[in-house]
Amino acid sequence: MFRKSLKAFVTAWKGLGITLGHLFGARKSRNSLNIRDEDYFDKQEGITTVQYPREKMPIPEVARYQLDVEIDDCIVCDLCAKACPVDCITIEAIKSPEPIGKTSDGSVKRLYPAKFDIDMGKCMYCGLCTVVCPTECIVMTDNYDRSFQSLTALTYEFSNMSDAEVQQRRKEWTSFQAEKEAAKKK
Amino acid sequence: MIFIITYIAVGIGLFIFMAFFTLYAVYSERKIAGFVQDRLGPMETGKFGLLQTVADILKLVQKEFIMPSRADKVLFSVAPVLIFVSVYLGMVAMPWAPELSPSSLNIGLFYVISIISVEAVGVLMAGWGSNNKFALLGAMRSVAQIVSYEIPAGISLISVVMITQSLNLQEITAQQGVLTTSSAKFLGLWEVGDVGGFLAWNVFQAPHLLLAFVIYFLSSLAECNRAPFDIPEAESELVAGYHTEYTGLRFAFFFLAEYCMMFLVAMIAVVLFLGGWNSLLPNIGTLRLADWTTGMGWGIFWVLSKTLFLVSIQIVIRWTLPRLRVDQLMALCWKVLTPLAFACMVISGIWRLWVMI
Repeated sequence: MFRKSLKAFVTAWKGLGITLGHLFGARKSRNSLNIRDEDYFDKQEGITTVQYPREKMPIPEVARYQLDVEIDDCIVCDLCAKACPVDCITIEAIKSPEPIGKTSDGSVKRLYPAKFDIDMGKCMYCGLCTVVCPTECIVMTDNYDRSFQSLTALTYEFSNMSDAEVQQRRKEWTSFQAEKEAAKKK
Repeated sequence: MIFIITYIAVGIGLFIFMAFFTLYAVYSERKIAGFVQDRLGPMETGKFGLLQTVADILKLVQKEFIMPSRADKVLFSVAPVLIFVSVYLGMVAMPWAPELSPSSLNIGLFYVISIISVEAVGVLMAGWGSNNKFALLGAMRSVAQIVSYEIPAGISLISVVMITQSLNLQEITAQQGVLTTSSAKFLGLWEVGDVGGFLAWNVFQAPHLLLAFVIYFLSSLAECNRAPFDIPEAESELVAGYHTEYTGLRFAFFFLAEYCMMFLVAMIAVVLFLGGWNSLLPNIGTLRLADWTTGMGWGIFWVLSKTLFLVSIQIVIRWTLPRLRVDQLMALCWKVLTPLAFACMVISGIWRLWVMI
């Protein structure tokens, strides 16, 4: 009984030593948080909390977080929407009678992006859309902290066309079709 | 007339002190828990999170009183008040400085340990009144624990009383320093009535009281349901134990009682074993450190700092040791602490008869 009690005291004291060590070790915090540092795992003392909005952990240079679309480079091929495993990309295209212009890598644009929505609430950050994109206009950025008041704000709208413009382009295409039909009938 | 106003003022002052102590004890508990686990603890409300507990109590005050429909209305609403009042009344007899204590009772120690025991009744009322199985289990565990641990605690206190020959807490304190009227001997050999300091504390006047102090400290942890003896509130088994069903201000009263209890048992330990309001520093020749640091303000300073030191040890213990099982708890009480406390009592008698004369 005596030996048991003594052992209990010794082990409790050992435990208290560890907690007291941490208590007094809390005077400093781990400053360097970059996991690619050589001595990252040697730092075992001090506070580990990262006070998030005020302090940020370093992220990789080619971090792949939220999606971004450079709409001027998009040829509206719909490949990204087809590749998406969770169907979070919705694209609506309007055909144009003649080539609209060229993207920065020289591909010819023949379609107007009436709608290019990505629902970030559904996105699972797999990056498949960025792989299939022929003009590399859809990319993953290093931006990871966005929060919104409403669910609808999670749908990012990348199309830069106004409603009036969409209407006009639609009209142009239908009249072009009608003209073609008329030419065929003659 | 004037003394009635003084009484009321003292009561209100003590209540304000206890409330303030509870707020910042909870804050420091959360901070210490954070530091022990390499976290920061509360940081957002106020500078370093200093207003966190104030915000918590504001939230609790606004909350609705919810009473379970099948609860015993009277027991349920009286229990938190009874628990708090029993602990709060215990503060009455505590000495803060020479000549300064709310009430200098000549049966002070007896009064304090008996009024603290009323808490067990309040806990059982809360558990039974809630009509909730977790609450009832917690309350039963708590009462079993408090009743068992009062025996080693009481007997280790008796071994001090046998040495000091007084139940008056003010007198017990005075005997452990330079203001003593009788003799104080370091280890029963060296007359230190004139030297004072830590040499004249009870734990050094009679070395077996060091063991009694450890016994009392462990049992006091159990009496205020602190880890490692927190099976009445065991979060992982019983939701929250006897206060599972309580909300709002009533819950706040349980919290207040728990932290006041921590302060009270630590203060009893300080008064009986660690010299109460007596200075830590001894007189060294012409350097009259003990004389200089004994007095009204110094007394409050010493008793507060010693008590807060013990409270912080209680907190660190809570964040170190895992909870004891019920059988281990009872085995520790009945097979280890109680026999040791009895041994202390016997040694006290021998010490009194043969060493102190």
